[in-house]
Order: sequence, then structure tokens, then C-alpha cells
Amino acid sequence: MAEEKAASPLPVVPFLKIPDDGDPYLEGHKCKKCSAIFLGERAVCSSCGAREGIEPIRLANKGELYVYSIVHRSFPGVEVPYVSAVVDLDGGGTVKGNLIGIDPVPEKIEFGMPVETVFKIAPRKDRDGNEYLTYYFQPRSA
Amino acid sequence: MSDVYILGTDMIKFGRFPDRTVPDLGAQAALMALDDAGLSINDMEALYCGNLMQSNAMVGQRILREIGQTGVPVVNCANACATGATAFREGWAAIKAGLYDLVLVVGVEQMGKAGLLGGGGGSTGIPTEGLLGSSTMPAVFAEAGQEHARKYGTTFEQFAKVSVKNHHHSTKNPKAMYQIETPLDKVMGAEMISYPNTKLMCSVNVDGSAAAVIASEKKARELGLGRAVKVSASVLTSDRFTERDLTMPDVNTCTREAAAKAYEMAGIGPEDVNLVELHDCFATAEILHYENLGLCKDGEAGRLIDDGEVAHGGRVPVNVSGGLLSKGHPLGATGVANIYEVTTHLRGEAGERQVVGAKVGLTHVIGLGSACAIHVLERVSD
Repeated sequence: MAEEKAASPLPVVPFLKIPDDGDPYLEGHKCKKCSAIFLGERAVCSSCGAREGIEPIRLANKGELYVYSIVHRSFPGVEVPYVSAVVDLDGGGTVKGNLIGIDPVPEKIEFGMPVETVFKIAPRKDRDGNEYLTYYFQPRSA
Repeated sequence: MSDVYILGTDMIKFGRFPDRTVPDLGAQAALMALDDAGLSINDMEALYCGNLMQSNAMVGQRILREIGQTGVPVVNCANACATGATAFREGWAAIKAGLYDLVLVVGVEQMGKAGLLGGGGGSTGIPTEGLLGSSTMPAVFAEAGQEHARKYGTTFEQFAKVSVKNHHHSTKNPKAMYQIETPLDKVMGAEMISYPNTKLMCSVNVDGSAAAVIASEKKARELGLGRAVKVSASVLTSDRFTERDLTMPDVNTCTREAAAKAYEMAGIGPEDVNLVELHDCFATAEILHYENLGLCKDGEAGRLIDDGEVAHGGRVPVNVSGGLLSKGHPLGATGVANIYEVTTHLRGEAGERQVVGAKVGLTHVIGLGSACAIHVLERVSD
């Protein structure tokens, strides 16, 4: 009898992929016709209207900080302050996420700074007690 | 196609009215606008009603139950923060199409305790707010402003000056929520909500309503053009696909496209505009729209606020009403209240805050998601 495997974490969003054998990654969907990149699967390209040829691609784990805001007031129960970051990934795709590993003050954060994606177990569980794997961005040396 | 004229318009003083109802607030503005036009509900051939938070609850018909159930067609509009302007535009389009000669437009909202942080996340899995960045409105518009800071070096202080200006403007507007001078140190030192937007750089959460009576040219001439104001352009756009739009809402492209169409339709350029009421939902947003509306070249918005060109008495005063930052932002009423403000100046009836000699004015709103509505209004009489 096979040994019972510990329940593996669920992805925080559908575009976070957790392969059985390999590292987690963020997945984009790219339109072959116009090269627009989307997060999540879709049937029709909202950039050019193409109805076919939208294919999954593996998004890079490296990119640069496009813009950010330092959030001091959020929904009840959300720990603040934190840095909400919009990151342009190398090779295409723009993703929003928390920027960690940096003081949440404007003096420390630079537009265009190199960042990388890291994957960790989220500090929140769902109603059924399931764990989730989430992604964050953190500074990296260029 | 017929030109369209505003014959009457008014708004209630924005505030917090927890003991009243949405139809009651809407009815009040409707009656005020009818009185301003010297007409009655029996003269109206249709009602276009803008309301967001009760958009499934027949607000327009409930207004008529309070002021006259005449059996006319009623259309209820919802289009995020462009709701009121969309209702106005639908009325405009119906007159243009020759369907009616006289139409009533009402925008109304009761915000109650709803905050401006905006909606929550999805219903399955775990909440992602504060985990995958922020989708709160202050953060979204902070990030939009930061794009300008990244490109042009715009500073926290420059963003904050927008709020100082608009709060100053509303000290002269008795219908604004606030009439309180709010100096720079107070704005910058207020509670930080989402850098660089402090609490005083976020629009004010209020209840409110505004209304307008609009007419075909034939009807306007018949009734007399005395205080009439011409609607020289009405444009609505949605968010075209842009590179980061799915992650970071793009409020610039839809505004630029709407502005270009509006100037073309009105046969004017931005240099002809004497006053602007634009969508300052957050102080960061106003800076972007100076450039989006062509009030200055790209990269010059910081200088515009520094030099006072957009202040009352400047080259092109922006949000002399106090704007959403100080007059208040009752979502569905905002677009119609902008029309009221500009019309009042074009009529020369704005009292202490009158933009002297105003002949052409522009109104602008953005509903995130996104919808952008622009109207250009022109004085008729000399």
C-alpha cells in the first residue's frame, strides 16, 4: 500500500503552477498573432480578437519593479504596511504582488530595481484548513 | 442631427444623509433642475437615471413615484464612477436621435458607510488582498500616479498640492461637502493610506444628487436660449487593451482617446477651454489628467500645479467646485454634478467662485473597469 502523501498546497491563483516534479512557476498565456500576454487561460485574445493560437508560456522568475505603492490602510485583518508592486517580468508579462525583503519606505524602493519571484506557503488558510502556495517579489542583485 | 442644450440643472449640497433614501435624494435634485428650467415633470419625455449601488432596484422609477408617474420611458444606468455622465450621455443621444425634445437626467448616490477602498477579492480560495499586492482604490491610483513619478520625477509634494488647491476651491462652494482650508503640511501629514496618497488625497465619501433638463435645439429655441448652455461634445470610451492594463488599470489611454474625440466633435482645442471639472478621485489621478486632457504637454503636469495654472485665476482652472477631493464623490451623482458646475460658470452664476468670462468648459469622469466620459459645454449668449 502506498504511503499516504501529505496534502500538497493549492495554488493561490490559477496562473501559479505547481508541477509534480519541478519548481513552481507563474504561467502566462500568449497570443501567437499579436504577442499579448495574459494571466490565466482564455479562449479569445482581448488585444487583437484572435480566437485561436493562445498558448501557455512559462513566465520568467526575474524582472524589474515597474511601480509600487506602500499600503498603510487595507481591508480589516490585513497586516500593514506592505509594498504593492507591479513587476514587469523578463521576456514579457506584468504581475502584481507584494514586494518583500525591503523596508516599506519610499527612500528604499527604486523604480526599475531588479526583483525575483519567490514561492512560499501563504500565511492564510481557507475555511477547510487547506494550505496555499503564493508568490512574492524580492530584490535581487542585477 | 439636432444640437442639444441644457435648460436647467442643479445639485443638492453634498453631505451625509443616513435618514434619507436614494429616490428621495434623486427626487430633490430633479425638482430643483426642473425649477431651474422653469418646466414641470409633465414636460419631460424620458428619464435617464444614474445610480450605482442600487443599480438593480429601479431607482429612476422610484424617483418618478415621488415626483410624478407620467409613464415616460425610464432608463437606469450603471457605469462605475462614470454612471452619472453615462446617464447624461444616453439622454443626449436620445435627443440627437430625434426621439425626444425634453429629457430629464438624474444622478444620485447614497454611499452610507461604504468606503472608498473598493471591492474585495474572489470568493474561492484565500483572500489575496495584502498577499498579491493591493486592489484597493487608493493603492490602484497611487500606482497610476507612481507611473508618472517614474517617468517625470513627480513628487509626493506635487501630488499633495492638488488636494490643497481643491480644498481651497471648495471654500467658495456652498454645495461642497467641505469649506475648510487644508494647507500642504496638513495634507502631507495626514494619515498615509497608500503612498503617495494620504487620507486628504482621497475623495470624500458623501451622499448626493444632481440633475439636468436637456432639450433639442428646436425646443430650446422655442423656450428661449437665455440661460441655455450648448452640449458641444459627448464622448464615452472604454479601456482599449494596453500592455499592463490587466494588472494595472490604465486610466490614461481611455481619457486621451475620449479627449481627442471630444475636441474634434466640439471643433475646439484644449487651449480654448476656460475651466475643467475632472476626475480627481485621488490626488495622484488629477496630475495624470492634465496631460491626458491636453491641458499641458506630457511631463509638464508637475509644473502646472507648481505654477498655479490650474488654480482659480490661473490659465485653466481645474476643479473650482472643490472636486471629488473636497466637494465629495457620490459615485452616480458625480458626472451630473460636474455638468452642473460647468454650466453654472458658463451662465455667469457661480458667485464667488465664478471663472470670469468662461465660454467653454469640459467635464471628465473615469469609472474604473473602465469607462471614460467627457462632455464639452459652451455658452450660447454673449
